[in-house]
Amino acid sequence: MLDGLLLLSVGLDWGRAGPALGWLWLALVASGLYHGLNPAMGWPLAVSAGLMDKSPRALFRALWALAAGHLLATLLVLLPFAFLLVLAEWQRSIQISASLVVIGFGVYRLIERGHPRMLARIPPTQLALWSFAVAIAHGAALMLVPIYLGLCRAFELDAGHEAAGALMSANLGMAMLVSLVHVAAMISGGGLLAWLVYRYLGLRFVSRSWFNLDAIWATSLILVGIVALGFNLASG
Amino acid sequence: MTMRPDPTFHASPKLAMEAPAENFAYTLLLSPDFSKPDALAVIDVKPGSPTYSQIVHTVTMPNKGDEFHHFGWNACSSALSPLAGHAFVERRYLVIPGLRSSRIYIIDTKPDPTKAKIHKIIEPEEVFSKTGYSRPHTIHCGPGGIYVSTLGGGGKDGTNGPPGVFVMDCETFEVLGRWEIDRGPQTRHYDFWWNLPRDYMVTSEWALPPQFENGIVPEDLLANKYGHHLHFWDLSARRNVQTIDLGANHQMALEVRPAHDPVREYGFVGVVVDTTNLEASIWTWWREGGKFHAEKTATIPPEPAPKEQLPPLLQGFGAVPPLVTDIDLSMDDRFLYVSCWGTGEMRQYDVTDPRKPKLAGSVHIGGIARRTPHPNGKAFAAGPQMVEISRDGKRVYWTNSLYSTWDDQFYPGGVPGVEVMANAGLNGGLELDKNYFVSFPDGYRAHQIRLEGGDCSTDSFCYPSA
Repeated sequence: MLDGLLLLSVGLDWGRAGPALGWLWLALVASGLYHGLNPAMGWPLAVSAGLMDKSPRALFRALWALAAGHLLATLLVLLPFAFLLVLAEWQRSIQISASLVVIGFGVYRLIERGHPRMLARIPPTQLALWSFAVAIAHGAALMLVPIYLGLCRAFELDAGHEAAGALMSANLGMAMLVSLVHVAAMISGGGLLAWLVYRYLGLRFVSRSWFNLDAIWATSLILVGIVALGFNLASG
Repeated sequence: MTMRPDPTFHASPKLAMEAPAENFAYTLLLSPDFSKPDALAVIDVKPGSPTYSQIVHTVTMPNKGDEFHHFGWNACSSALSPLAGHAFVERRYLVIPGLRSSRIYIIDTKPDPTKAKIHKIIEPEEVFSKTGYSRPHTIHCGPGGIYVSTLGGGGKDGTNGPPGVFVMDCETFEVLGRWEIDRGPQTRHYDFWWNLPRDYMVTSEWALPPQFENGIVPEDLLANKYGHHLHFWDLSARRNVQTIDLGANHQMALEVRPAHDPVREYGFVGVVVDTTNLEASIWTWWREGGKFHAEKTATIPPEPAPKEQLPPLLQGFGAVPPLVTDIDLSMDDRFLYVSCWGTGEMRQYDVTDPRKPKLAGSVHIGGIARRTPHPNGKAFAAGPQMVEISRDGKRVYWTNSLYSTWDDQFYPGGVPGVEVMANAGLNGGLELDKNYFVSFPDGYRAHQIRLEGGDCSTDSFCYPSA
C-alpha cells in the first residue's frame, strides 16, 4: 500500500523526470521494507534458524538464503521486461499490459486467498528455494514491475533515444539495480526485525506481530497497477 | 480466515505452558455394543466452578457403530510455522473419526464449548474413494492441512493395500488425498507425529483390521504377527527413509511421542507386550548423524495372579501383563506418563535424560487383578488408558476404555466409562485428585481426551523454548 501511495505522488510529478526519479527510488526502497517486514516473506524463519542452532550466525545464514531467493525471483520477473522494452514503439502497450497483469494478479489474490500447497513440499533446509517460490507465488516480484518500467522510462527520458543494444544493456542494468536495491531494503527490514525478536523481543512477538496481510497485500498490487496504468494512459 | 493468529497458538512449548489453563475437557464416548450413537462429552474442568467435574454438554452423533477412538483439532500451534506462512486459522473444529465406520465428524466448538455442534460429516465413501484407506485414527494439525493416520487399506476388511496417512484441508475439510509418495516397507499403521523444523515424521504399527476389529487374535499375537516396526519419514518429501524393527517379540508399538521442543531430536514409543515374558516396554528413539536409532529404555514386568482373578484369555499365563496402551510426554519434555492398562497403574517417568527414564511417581487404580478403587471410594473398572496432560504439566487426566472388543476380552466384567485426574508434583510425584471423577452415562465407554486450548499430544512447535 505504502509503495502504491508513493507511486501515486510519482504520477502527479511525472512530467519532470528528475523529481519523479527520486520518488520511484523511494517507492522501491519502501516496497523492499514492506516485503521484508511481512512475516510471510520469511523473517520468522531466520529467528527459528537462529534459535534452533543457538547461534546468531545461523540467523544471518538464513537471511542470506532468503535474500538470494527473493533476488532471483525479482530478476526472473523483471528480465523479460528488460528485453521487451527494446521494442521501443511497443513501450506504451508493454507498460499498460504490465499494469493490467499486476492488477489482475492482485484481484486474483484478493479472491483466491488459499496458500499454494506446493510451498509445504519445500524442505526447511532449502530456504533460498522457499524464498524464491514465495516471492513468485505472492506476486512480490510482480509488484516491482511498474516501478521498474517507470524507472526505465524516466531513465530513457534523460538519456534520449539510444541504439537497441545500448538500450537493452541499460534496461538489464536497471533490472539488476532495481532488484538489488529492493532486496537490500527487504533484507534490512526483515533482518532487523528478526534480530530484534531473536535478541530482545522474544518469541511471543512472532504471534503478536503476525497480522493477516493477505487483503492489504492484494490491494497493494492492485493500487500499484492502477497508479501505473493511470499514469501511462495520462501520459500517452 | 482471521486477522491475527489464534491466541491459543504458541511459538514455543514454553509459551504454551505459560498460557491460561484449560477450562474444558472434551472426551469421546463410544457405545461398545453399537446400540446407541457415539458422542462427544464436554466436561467442566475449571476449579471452583459449580459444575466442576461434570458433563456440561454432549454432542450426540446421528449414526450408530462409528466407534470413536482418537480425535484432534483442525489447527494448532503448528500454524505458526514460518514456512507455511498461513497462521490465520482458528483452533475451532474437532475432527472425530469413527474407527469402525470410517466416517469423520467435524464438530464446531465456537462460540462456546457448551454449545458445540456438528459442522460437517464426511461419509466413509469419500474417504475410501479419495484415499484408498479406511479406519481413520490419529489426527494431527500440520503443514498444509490436517493429517489423518488410518489402520486399514481398501476393501471390506481393510486389507486391500497397506494403510497410511491422508491429508484434509483444515478449513473446508475436503479430503485431499494420500500423503505418502514412497512408503518403503511400511504395511501396518497406528500413530504418527513429527518434528516440523527438522522435517521428519515417525509412524508406528498396531495391527491390520482383522487382527483387532473382532478382538485380539491370541494366535496372531503368540506368532508375533502384530506390528513391531517404527518408520521414519522425510516429511516434506513424503518418503520413508528408515525402518527400525524393534524385534518380533515386541508386539504392538503404539503411541509415538516426540519431544515438543524441536531442538530435541528424540522421542518415545510404548510397546504393549513382549511375547517372551509379558513385559511392557518404553523405547527411546533419536536421530544422530543423520540416522535414526531406537533402544528399549524401560521395562515394566507382569504381575503374577491366581487363575480365578484372570479372564479366560490370560488364565494360561497365571500373570497380568502391564499392557502399556498409551504414553504421553509433558510439554517441557520432562515427564513421560505411561498407562499400564492391565495392571492398573499410571506411571510417571522422569525423562530428563531421555535414554535413562527414572520412575518418579505412580498411582494404582483399577487393574485386572488389583482392582484398586479411586481414593474417593468409587470403583474404577479396567485400568488407566488414554492419558492427557495439561499444558502446564500440573494435571494429568485419563479414561479407562481401550477398544470395544478388547475391553470385553481383558475386562469381561464390563468397563463403565470413567475419567479421573491426578495432580503432578513440580519435581515429580503423582496423586489422584479426590474431587475429579466423571462417570459417563450408562452404556458408554470413554476414550481420548482433548483439552481446551491445546494439550500435550496436540500441538507441535516450530521454535525452540530456549
